[in-house]
This record gives sequence, structure tokens and C-alpha cells, in this order.
Amino acid sequence: METETWMKVGSAILLGMMILFILPRAKTMIKESPKASSDDWRGILLPLVLIVGFVILLIMAV
Amino acid sequence: MYQNQTVARGSTSALATNKVLRNTYSLLSMTMLFSAAMAAVSVFVGSGSGTYLLSVGAAFLLMWFVLPRTANSSAGIGVVFAFTGLMGFGLGGVLNSYLALANGPQLIMTAFGGTGVIFLGLSAYALTTRRDFSFMGGMLVVGLLVVLMAALANIFLAIPAMSLAISSVVILIMSGFILYDTSRIIHGGETNYILATVSLYLSIYNIFIHLLHLLGALSGDD
Repeated sequence: METETWMKVGSAILLGMMILFILPRAKTMIKESPKASSDDWRGILLPLVLIVGFVILLIMAV
Repeated sequence: MYQNQTVARGSTSALATNKVLRNTYSLLSMTMLFSAAMAAVSVFVGSGSGTYLLSVGAAFLLMWFVLPRTANSSAGIGVVFAFTGLMGFGLGGVLNSYLALANGPQLIMTAFGGTGVIFLGLSAYALTTRRDFSFMGGMLVVGLLVVLMAALANIFLAIPAMSLAISSVVILIMSGFILYDTSRIIHGGETNYILATVSLYLSIYNIFIHLLHLLGALSGDD
């Protein structure tokens, strides 16, 4: 029980640190990101839909 | 004459890009093998979930505090191997918990193969279409922050459905990062192959862990 609590605390500290380290980078990336055109969105939609389908296929296979 | 200069400059830039790409994939494949070897050692010594937390914590400290200072020197390669070795050793703790399941080895191999197919497919898509995915940067990093906050909350809430939703979203975000990072290398946005390797490694690692979680939870034996 005590080990489980320490695992939770440790995980929370690690995730909290990740958020703190990513936050400044996120601000820069949001500022520097160019605006996307509708063609750009179409270009990203196809691979993501294929990945969703592939993951569903893997889940059904196991 | 100016046209010739432009062509020459263009080909020099393309050569530099190809060099970054080649070095990134070479280092990525070597670190993947090393990471897998460390995971095998970790499985062999019977590491638990505490090992995962400690190893990943140490690896992230290396990535945050040591890698930025060494990324432009040959010492950076040693740091990348130390980072991926620790991540691999941590992975062994997770693999041990799945190996305890009846269909554990099958789940691990399916997640491993699935991750390979996703990475190769996305890399091939980014390399052949040569699209610029830099517009995704802001969206991906915001998505990552939201999912990290959700994961932080779920440590204490412990809602299984939320955990599955987080894993599904992480797979999509990391897939987006593979496209984004590969596109950055192709278009000259990333010229440091050590940093490019770490980014791609983290995306692959996260896809594997979360695909394994989804397969384990939805196969009915978890």
C-alpha cells in the first residue's frame, strides 16, 4: 500500500516536471506555427485516419 | 549564372538535409537496438514498476539538463545512448508486468510490430509527399500539455476509461510528432541529428507503451 502511494507521488512529480519543462517550449511553438491551409489539414487527416483504423485492427486481432 | 548558383545552393542544402536524415536514422537504429538490449537485461533481472519510474526519471533529467549542453558535440552521442539505455531499462519493468499475463508475449510482439508499422508508414508518408507539417507544432504541443495534465489528474482519480482515452490520444499525438519531426528534418528546420534522434525515439517509445496499454486492456486479460 505504501509503495503504491510512493509510486503515485513519484509519477505525479515526474508528470508535473514534464509540464513545467514543456510549457515555455509550447509558448514558442504556438507563436512560431504557421497558419494551416485546408490542403494541409487534408494531408494530415489521411495518415491519422489510417492509424486509427490500424490500431482498431490490432485490438481486434489480440 | 545566377540560376546556376541557385541550383548549386539548392543541391548543397539538399545534401545537408540528406546528411541530417541519414545520421538521424543511423543513430536512431543504433539507440533502438541498445534500448532493446537494456530492456532485455531489465526483464532478465526481473525489474518492477519502481524501476520504470526511476529509470525514466533519470533519463528525463539527462534530457533536460545534460543533452542541451552536449547536443552540439560528440559527447551528445554518449548522452543519447545513456538516455535511451535508461529508457530501455525502465521499459523492462513494464514488460515484466505484461509477461505475467497469459497472452503477454503475444501482446508485446503485436505492440512492437504495430509501432514499427506506424513509424515506417508515417516516415514514408512524410518523406515521399515532402509536405511541410510545421503548422502542426502548436497544436501538437498543446495536445501534449492537455494529455499530460489529464494523466496527472488520473493518477489520483484512477478512472480506467480515462486511462484508455489518454493512451489513444497519446498515440495520435506521437504520430503527429513523427510527421512534424521528419518534415522539420526534410525542410531544414532541424539540423542537429542528435536532437532529431531523441525526438523520434520518444515518439516511438510512447507509441509502443500506449499501444501495449490499449492492447493489454482491451484484449480482456488485463
